[in-house]
Amino acid sequence: MYLYPIWVRLWHVINVILFIILIVTGLSMQYTGKQDYILVVSFARAVKWHNIGAILLTINYIIFVTGNIISENGRYYRISKKNFFSDLGKQLKFYSWNMFKSEKHPFPVTLDRKFNPLQKLTYVLAMYVALPLLIISGLGLMFPETVLNRFFGISGLILTDILHITMGFFLTLFMIIHIYTCTLGSKPSSLFKSMLSGFHESDES
Amino acid sequence: MKMPGFRFLLYITLISLSSAVTAGGFSFRKEKLKLQDTISFISPFEEDNERCFKCHGQERYEYTNENLGLQVKALMCTNRIKKREDFYNSNHKNFSCTDCHSGDYINFPHAGELRMEQKFNCIDCHGGDEKFAQFHFEEIESEYQQSTHFKLEADGFTCWKCHDPHSYRISIRNSENLKETILYNNTICLSCHSDFNRFQLLTDRAEINILQKHDWLPDQSSHFRSVRCIECHTKINDTILVAHLIQPKENAVKRCNECHSRNSMLMASLYKFQSKEQRRDGFFNGIILNESYVIGANRNKYLNILSLVIFGIVISIIGVHIYFRIIKIK
Repeated sequence: MYLYPIWVRLWHVINVILFIILIVTGLSMQYTGKQDYILVVSFARAVKWHNIGAILLTINYIIFVTGNIISENGRYYRISKKNFFSDLGKQLKFYSWNMFKSEKHPFPVTLDRKFNPLQKLTYVLAMYVALPLLIISGLGLMFPETVLNRFFGISGLILTDILHITMGFFLTLFMIIHIYTCTLGSKPSSLFKSMLSGFHESDES
Repeated sequence: MKMPGFRFLLYITLISLSSAVTAGGFSFRKEKLKLQDTISFISPFEEDNERCFKCHGQERYEYTNENLGLQVKALMCTNRIKKREDFYNSNHKNFSCTDCHSGDYINFPHAGELRMEQKFNCIDCHGGDEKFAQFHFEEIESEYQQSTHFKLEADGFTCWKCHDPHSYRISIRNSENLKETILYNNTICLSCHSDFNRFQLLTDRAEINILQKHDWLPDQSSHFRSVRCIECHTKINDTILVAHLIQPKENAVKRCNECHSRNSMLMASLYKFQSKEQRRDGFFNGIILNESYVIGANRNKYLNILSLVIFGIVISIIGVHIYFRIIKIK
């Protein structure tokens, strides 16, 4: 089943590369010490590449949102109120219990349903809540003169930074969980292959 | 069933923000300019000094040419103008002009040879005095003598090039607005290093271009607003509050990590005075947060711990999940 159009796959692979660059350089800046190199990059390079990566990620995000508006791909992210919590419960129960008893996937992948309820919720939170907040706070740190000096007596820069690193942290966790759940296909490698070829292998994910 | 995703996110965000707020304390002080528009200070030598200020206090002055019987209006040389408001806001506001200058200046026209009078240096008054012992003027003098500025003494460099005795006021010790102090301090450096005429009094170098020389510095304007030139151009000395050993440009700090790290050197320079006066728990180098945010130097230890705990929980859950998958396969 052809599920991932070329633009989604290209957007996704660019996102992967940029996320890795931004996490490595972000950690290098946050945990910089007296030594020149934290992780694999020096502070000055980390600042430069974090800025470049961030601008590219913002452009990539605009492409993603625009693509979802003008193509059919956006419908996969629409959350229905109907059976929201019960569907979420079913999916959670599958991941934590039923999948070990070889039970069938409660929400198999079809052309109309690319994501299961839990995927849909986390993807919406990641792409439409955390990432916009990360980008806006990042732009604030890149152009500090635009940030409020004081917000209820607290430095605007500190709040912006805390929001930025908190969102960065959540999205890093999201990426780790996302990579792991991508091993839950029919074979551990099948979902990774799907994201490269565009063809979904089976209904198990 | 509840929404674990939303609640979890909201809960963690609230914990993060509240711990940052409570940990930081965020007790910001009222910012107040020390330099006052209206001078409330009344000098005991006001009347004596006014005899000088009536000519030297502004650009235009008047005198009577008794030989010709004429009232003359003239313009004062720029470097001879000493503004009253600057002097009465300065460290030396209690002084009479003739404490430092010859009493013969009372006579007008001033005798030509008075211009050749020997001028005092800082150490002439401040050195070897118990009252000033805590400020270590001797150490400052020693640093100055090792500094790159001292090499220019033969060409006319003195303490006064930076610390004009008619207007200099203590900045870092009595500052309630660090940004203003930084601006005040950097203006002293730039009065020569961005003014070609003053610069050429001491050197034959053909050009100065501060912006070009610092084009390697990311977010240059933010750095210029947030730190003093001396942060990078002097050698830190633990004994004195403000380092005076200006180093040759080759030795200037260029490694970002010197400031952008947990052991930020700013704590021993720009924030040295404040770090002794105030403490803020929770944040590393929290005192810096009062005025600025320095990437890498400011981190919240509670957020660090919280993030490690959450990270550990996620990795553990994945580990357990993998374990059950392996058991299932067997």
